[in-house]
Amino acid sequence: MQDAILLKIVFYFLAAAIAVFSVMAVTTRRILRAATYLLFVLFATAGLYFFLNYSFLGAVQLMVYAGGVIILYVFSILLTSTDKESPSPLFSLRRWIAMIASIGGICLVAFLVLTNVWPEVHAPATDEVNMKLIGHTLMGTEKGQYLLPFELMSVLLLACMVGGILIARKRS
Amino acid sequence: MELIPMEYYLVVSSIMFFAGIYGFITRKNLIAVLISVELVLTSTDINFAVFNRFLFPGHLEGMFFTLFSIGISAAETAVAIAIIINIYRNIKNVEVRNLKKLKD
Repeated sequence: MQDAILLKIVFYFLAAAIAVFSVMAVTTRRILRAATYLLFVLFATAGLYFFLNYSFLGAVQLMVYAGGVIILYVFSILLTSTDKESPSPLFSLRRWIAMIASIGGICLVAFLVLTNVWPEVHAPATDEVNMKLIGHTLMGTEKGQYLLPFELMSVLLLACMVGGILIARKRS
Repeated sequence: MELIPMEYYLVVSSIMFFAGIYGFITRKNLIAVLISVELVLTSTDINFAVFNRFLFPGHLEGMFFTLFSIGISAAETAVAIAIIINIYRNIKNVEVRNLKKLKD
C-alpha cells in the first residue's frame, strides 16, 4: 500500500516534468536554455523507462542522449554563437496556427486514447528483462532476433561519421 | 495490480509529441528546430516501450525498436549538426529565413 502510493507519486512527478519541460523547451527564447530543458525531458524519459522496469533501455537513453547528443547540441550552439533568436512578434499568425493545431491535436489524440477499447491490457511485469535474453536476441539470426538490424546500425553509424566529417570539413 | 493505467503514459507522450510539432512550426533557429524533432522522436520511443510492456508482455519487439530508434536519432543529429555548421560557415547565421542556398 505504501509502495503503491510512492510509485504513483514518482510517476506523476515524471509525467509533470516531461509535460512542463517539453513545453518550456519549445517556448523559451534562449536557445541554450532550450537545450537544457531538452536534457531534463530526456532524463525524465529515462526515468519512465526505469519505472517500466526496462533498466537497459533507461541506461542506453541516459548514455546516448545525456552523454552524446546533448553535448553535441551545446557545442554546436556555442560554435554558431547565436544565443538569442531574432525577435519576432509574440503573437504572429504562424504562432496562432501552430498553437491551435497542436492543442487540437492533443485533444483529438487524448480523446481517441482514452475512449479506445484496447484488446487485452496486461498488468506490467515487475521483473527485469533478463540481460542474457537481450544479448541472445540482439545477436541471434533466427525469427524474432536482430543480428541484421544490428549490423545495419553499425554501417549506418559509420556512414554518418564519414558524412559528418565530409560535410563539416574546411574547404581549402 | 493496476497501478497506473496505460492511457496515462500515452497522454504524456502525446503532449510531448505536439510540443515538438509546435516548436517545429514556430522556431526560427535551425538548432531549435532540431531540438523539436528530438522531442517528437523521443515521444514515439515512449510509445514503443509502453505498448510492448502492457499489450505484449512476452515479446521484446518494442524494446528493440526503441533501441534502434535511439541509435538512428543519434546518427541523424550528428549529420544535421554537421550541415548546420556548414551553413553557418557560408551565411554566418542559422536563421531559417536567411537560408536560400546550401552551397555556393
